Amino acid sequence: MKMNRMEEIWMIIAIGIIIIAMGITGYQAFALGMAPPSHQEHIDPQTVEEHPEFSEPGVYETGENQYEVIMTLQAFQFEPGEITVPEGAEVTFRMATKDVVHGVNVPHTNLNTMVVPGYIQEITQTFHEAGEYIMVCNEYCGVGHQTMSATITVEE
Amino acid sequence: MNRPLKIVTANKLALTNFATAFVLLLVGGFLGLIQGLNRAGVLEIVGGINYYEVLTLHGIFLILAFTTLFMNGYLWSATDYVLGGLTRGIRMMGWVAYGLFMFGALLVTIMVLAGEATVLYTFYAPMAANPWFYIGLVFVVLNIWLSGLGVFISAFRWKRRNKGKHLPLFAFFAVGVYILITFATLFVAAEVFYIIPWTFGWIDTINVMLTRTLFWAFGHTLVNVWYLVAVSAWYMVTPKVIGGKLFSDSLARAVVILIVVLNVPGGFHHQIVDPGFSEGLKFMHLFMSLAIAVPSLLTAFALFAMLERTGRRRGGKGLLGWFWTLPWHDVRFLTIMLAMISFIFGGAGGIAQTNNQLNQVVHNTLWVVGHFHVTVGVAVVLTFFGLVYWLIPHLSGRVLTKKIHNLGIWQTMLWTVGMLFMTLSMSYVGLIGSPRRTEYTTYGGNATALEWDPYLLFVGAGGILLFAGVVLMVYIVYHLMFLSPKGYTPFMVVEEEEEDAHKTPKWTENWGLWVIVAVLIISMGYLVPLVDLIGNAPPGSPPIRTF
Repeated sequence: MKMNRMEEIWMIIAIGIIIIAMGITGYQAFALGMAPPSHQEHIDPQTVEEHPEFSEPGVYETGENQYEVIMTLQAFQFEPGEITVPEGAEVTFRMATKDVVHGVNVPHTNLNTMVVPGYIQEITQTFHEAGEYIMVCNEYCGVGHQTMSATITVEE
Repeated sequence: MNRPLKIVTANKLALTNFATAFVLLLVGGFLGLIQGLNRAGVLEIVGGINYYEVLTLHGIFLILAFTTLFMNGYLWSATDYVLGGLTRGIRMMGWVAYGLFMFGALLVTIMVLAGEATVLYTFYAPMAANPWFYIGLVFVVLNIWLSGLGVFISAFRWKRRNKGKHLPLFAFFAVGVYILITFATLFVAAEVFYIIPWTFGWIDTINVMLTRTLFWAFGHTLVNVWYLVAVSAWYMVTPKVIGGKLFSDSLARAVVILIVVLNVPGGFHHQIVDPGFSEGLKFMHLFMSLAIAVPSLLTAFALFAMLERTGRRRGGKGLLGWFWTLPWHDVRFLTIMLAMISFIFGGAGGIAQTNNQLNQVVHNTLWVVGHFHVTVGVAVVLTFFGLVYWLIPHLSGRVLTKKIHNLGIWQTMLWTVGMLFMTLSMSYVGLIGSPRRTEYTTYGGNATALEWDPYLLFVGAGGILLFAGVVLMVYIVYHLMFLSPKGYTPFMVVEEEEEDAHKTPKWTENWGLWVIVAVLIISMGYLVPLVDLIGNAPPGSPPIRTF
């Protein structure tokens, strides 16, 4: 198939942009550790409450200004629903749902992930700025979906 | 060239499809208005129906039903016209397909209205609707398969009668569209046939991630099918409307083949922030998603080259003079041109948001809703609207009057401005975190949520303009079907540009080969994750009803 000369130039530029995009995304994901949350641990969605870890949701200090939040999700609440950490805290959320699919987003941060029955999802976020953050469910989970939220208070 | 007596033979079938499509657009558009006003914070939904039932019907009516019926009406007409008529048997198939669709759509609608299926267009397990909702979806899929079969058989027979000739390009587009939508619907059929026994209680638990992955192999391909339907009009109709010719027949065929073979694995980008998949797999799928952009970039060049050539032929001078000599006052051009321009932005946004980390920023926010209202709501739907002005009078044996033409210009303006309001505000408010698929809420007066309110007002304002546009469009369609003066409106189909008319290669015609290539590429994208999801499945979920 013959191609117009101008078209060849256009396609080289266009495909070049795509390759550069892939390069940047790949570099960020694998060299800078910014890849999207991809945890692969299983959990039985029907017995989350009996799970040794998820039977006691809460905020746990794991190191110097490092925290782990063990969180369960169900229609229409996050547990714990109020989280307080100091400024600069690196917080790892370990999350599991007891019922349907939920989504977790904290506006003003890049914390955004799905929590799917059968899987423990893990995502880490460092809160550099003090203030009140809100965590909202961003996947439709039922008639009260719009009420499903939690607060994260980052203290100075 | 014009053979004044040549018409689409299955015109009643096509008109029935269009009439039903636009009734669904009216209802779906009204539901959209209700949602827009709710999101703006000015309307509380009461009266036995809730926001999520409205949203479920809005999604299904507009992204599945309106588009399917429009596709059937339009591409069956095109196949009919360029292949010299459909046989009686094929036309019967079309009617049976229509009947299957109506039966399925009725089941789905009843289930949603009864509050038995408030599961949105994506019906993610383990949220479980009444089994009859899914059975209704099966009938909609049967419509698609039967409609595809009608086009395949007609094309095959034509090839047999015309040995050594290339299938006319318009029919080639139709074959590509129906092959792609058949691939897409195979995945959703597999999902639904897994869900039905589970909702009836014949199996206890379901593999949630498997259903989700099957859904997106369908869900994203579906919108790309609508895009390919629109692209067929960009290549086949626009040049005819403006007095130009096709840029290159072989390029157009290559674009169709690329869109068909590359498309299905693109659906995985809906799962970039899901658990259960490795970072490496997600990165490989970035490649597969971005690959879909390549045929669109080829299209962008070919279409603008065609526009420039035609504009210069119409007397346009200098670097950009050709742009202004195009017939902007002609509604058949204005609609499609605005649709094509919108796709530059929609496509660019799509390329950006499929990059894994950027996806994480916008995933499940209103940004995504803004994205598909640009791509489907403008690029596809405005193209569909643009086809109405000549295709419906062609089918109904009437002509477009000056008055209706000018009303069409107003309709296009309303639609464009409405969509600008809606998509710009959704895109921005999504970037600052406002979630999609969520009834208006401030989460108890939360400061972050209150930041979204001013932008959400524009979503509501856009909804008002768009609903006015829908009403106007439905009136135009009604007028062109029943009230416009009788007469002959020619079918719009392009001829090839002589200077570029080098021979179209034979390999383009080998659909058997392209289906195999598509299966290989789909396997590349999905074999590993699907085998892993089945072989290494976590404990499943029982049906759950939270609505």
